[in-house]
Amino acid sequence: MRFGGLVAVNDLDLSIEPGQLYGLIGPNGAGKTTVFNVITGVYRPTSGEISFKGQPIVGERSGKITRRGIARTFQNIRLFGEMTVLENVKVASHCRQTADLASAVFRTPAHHSEEKRVDLQSRDLLKIFHLEQFADEKAKNLPYGSQRRLEIARAMATLPRLLLLDEPAAGMNPQEARQLMELIRWVRDRFGMGILLVEHNMKVVMGVCETVHVLDYGATIAVGPPAEIQRNPKVIEAYLGGA
Amino acid sequence: MKGFVLAIVFVAVLFLGNSLLTGGLLPGFSVSPYFLQVVSLAGINIILAVSLNLINGFTGQFSIGHAGFMAIGAYVSAYVTAAFGDRIRGALGMLPPTFQNSALLLIALGIGAACAAVAGFLVGVPSLRLRGDYLAIVTLGFGEIIRVFILNIDAVGGARGFSGIPRLANFAWIYLFAGATILVVSRIVRSSFGRTLVAIREDEIAAEAMGVNTTRSKVISFVVSSAMAGVAGGLFAHYLMYVHTNSFTFIKSFEIIIMIVIGGLGSITGSVLGAVLYIVLTEGLRQFAQYRMVLFSLLLIVIMIVRPQGILGHRELWSFFPRRRRVEPVPPAVAG
Amino acid sequence: MTTFLQQLVNGLSLGSIYALIALGYTMVYGVLRLINFAHGDVYMLGAYAGYYLSRKLKGDEPSLGSALLVMLGAMLTCALIGVVIERFAYRPVRRAARLTLLITAIGVSLFIENTAQLVFGPDPKFFPSLAPRADFHVGGVRLTSEQLTVIAVSFLLMVLLRFFIMKTRTGKAMRAVSFNLDAAKLMGISTDRIIAITFALGSALAAAAGVLIGMQIPKIDPLMGILYGLKAFVAAVLGGIGNVPGAVIGGLLIGTSEVMVVGYLSSTFRDAIAFGILILVLLLRPQGILGRAQKEKV
Repeated sequence: MRFGGLVAVNDLDLSIEPGQLYGLIGPNGAGKTTVFNVITGVYRPTSGEISFKGQPIVGERSGKITRRGIARTFQNIRLFGEMTVLENVKVASHCRQTADLASAVFRTPAHHSEEKRVDLQSRDLLKIFHLEQFADEKAKNLPYGSQRRLEIARAMATLPRLLLLDEPAAGMNPQEARQLMELIRWVRDRFGMGILLVEHNMKVVMGVCETVHVLDYGATIAVGPPAEIQRNPKVIEAYLGGA
Repeated sequence: MKGFVLAIVFVAVLFLGNSLLTGGLLPGFSVSPYFLQVVSLAGINIILAVSLNLINGFTGQFSIGHAGFMAIGAYVSAYVTAAFGDRIRGALGMLPPTFQNSALLLIALGIGAACAAVAGFLVGVPSLRLRGDYLAIVTLGFGEIIRVFILNIDAVGGARGFSGIPRLANFAWIYLFAGATILVVSRIVRSSFGRTLVAIREDEIAAEAMGVNTTRSKVISFVVSSAMAGVAGGLFAHYLMYVHTNSFTFIKSFEIIIMIVIGGLGSITGSVLGAVLYIVLTEGLRQFAQYRMVLFSLLLIVIMIVRPQGILGHRELWSFFPRRRRVEPVPPAVAG
Repeated sequence: MTTFLQQLVNGLSLGSIYALIALGYTMVYGVLRLINFAHGDVYMLGAYAGYYLSRKLKGDEPSLGSALLVMLGAMLTCALIGVVIERFAYRPVRRAARLTLLITAIGVSLFIENTAQLVFGPDPKFFPSLAPRADFHVGGVRLTSEQLTVIAVSFLLMVLLRFFIMKTRTGKAMRAVSFNLDAAKLMGISTDRIIAITFALGSALAAAAGVLIGMQIPKIDPLMGILYGLKAFVAAVLGGIGNVPGAVIGGLLIGTSEVMVVGYLSSTFRDAIAFGILILVLLLRPQGILGRAQKEKV
């Protein structure tokens, strides 16, 4: 992926199996968020292919990609601040709804039953993420850790097959990070989706991910299970600099 | 069932009220025609303000071309009445005259609104992918182009204006549609679709990432909003019996902006409040007519500096009355 | 061929006016990301300032010296007005949402227009002639002394501006602020002062345009800023808003196309051509001729 004269990501070969916990790490500026943005359609890659469930998705708008089943969270939290926590989650389930605008205007029974279904489903999701007590609170008023969890809950509401988490543990203390790790594992076990994780917190990455993929200056320098990666000399050098 | 009964009552009250105010009900009791006109025009402003707020306030897209769609509605509906009025009335010959006129009005308004909706679509699709400032300028430009275009059509009077429009609209009709507009917009806003609009306003990229088809949502709300402006225009034409493109300049668009800003972008109650306040201030300051716009523009600047969210911000009338939590979930008001 | 050249000359003259006004739009947008709706009205105020100043100085024959004085006086007056507008209307909302700024700018514009109608009276006034008139004929093309003045003065001002922006420290600071206001502040640049200077410069140029137009088309009225302002804005967008050379190119292009359309097609489309170009630019290449496409960081 090229931005003008700068090559952000080059020669990336990455594939994720259903239900796999995949981690993407690398020093700052290595191109990790760019990979996310390219996968989710925010940027159009200047070269290369991406396919999901056997279908090519390059060039599609991010909304369409989400509807295919790839959901993401953002590195800088992008919640809908003025909306309540519950509404944030409900918006994300809009793409999985069937009732249309006409039924909303005429308040048909179909509209009411759909709203009820979405409400219950959204509240369930909030319970999973320990956010149900904030349901009617404006998202911007939440404490930081809860906002991060809301981001994930919201992404989950789109019923994804692949979940992209962009630095979900950023700013968390060790205890919160541990809870997050359990949550991620639980979500994968319960819903069976693949999870691609970008993180700087090594404990989280090594503790949760089954495969770790290391980037440096936009290129892959190692891929493998956590134990291997931790011993890989190229990885150590990339993080700590040359001797 | 309850809603249906309420609607009938509302309509009856309006039409009775109209007879009362024009002196047809109680002998000797009537209000000045001037007062009635002010109130009626306020109703038209309510339709304009509430419909514009759907786009500007709830979806966060800054459109300043609303007057253009009003113009289309006005001119198209007036043309329908003028050119086809007799034929339509003839076709409905079995109905009593008042029903004939009502039907004619509804048909004319419907066609006017449809044309305004089409225009909204044509303008919206290319424009809505532009960023805030640019969208504002483009809509302003389109509003002016529409106006100049109409000005050059002789069949609707051109520079002389369109006169001789039958007075098919009155206080009752205007407020009927005002009520309908408020109802429709509030239902749209308090629905899943409405949530996508607010999500777009809050963070369009995040909304898209959550699976919302932002272009579709924006265009739909734009088209609905334009159609309503078209209805307002049609009512305007059939109330004043004469229209000229001078009533639909960007000044008109700015006036509607002032209304919704004062009341609070993102609040339907606020738009109604703003529309009413605007008319009240306009008429109240009529003796200071020259200073009126000076004061309004100063007011606008001061509000932007001191209280940009307007009087009500995002709140609605019903958010002041806390409702007890019902067992059956009710779609929440847009923010609280 | 001569008609074409004639139209070209006319277009250049008109385009220079648009360019002068467009520069103000583009510079302010560059530092504040604000579309200063009120800028066209500053141009109008410049014309009126010139009008009242020239009446004060009237007495003897119109001369080059008095013309220069009038222009400088108008430029100074409007520079001050621009700074006042920025300080009292825009600075308080500088950090607010873009829409708030836009509405404020609309408010300022309406305020200036309506106050002007009150103070000056809504009827048009006639600008006195400031400099001796003459017509020049070069190869079948007629060039009036006013047109020559417009082109010459505009060119001079634009060169001076370019020099100022590129070679002086303040100019460098202006460019820094237009790239990143917060970073510029952290580098010790007094952003308030730079923004005030930007407004002053832009307004002064608009005032010059107002006086020049007053000299050419002697009729001035309080609402003259609306149409010219809008067209100059289109010019700024066409050239790439925020880009100074772009504003000049845009101005000349808009002026020339307007004259050509009126000359070869019909005058009913005179005002529509600018809007048409605007819509085409925004739909096809929103960053303008010299602008760079903005990508939002996610």
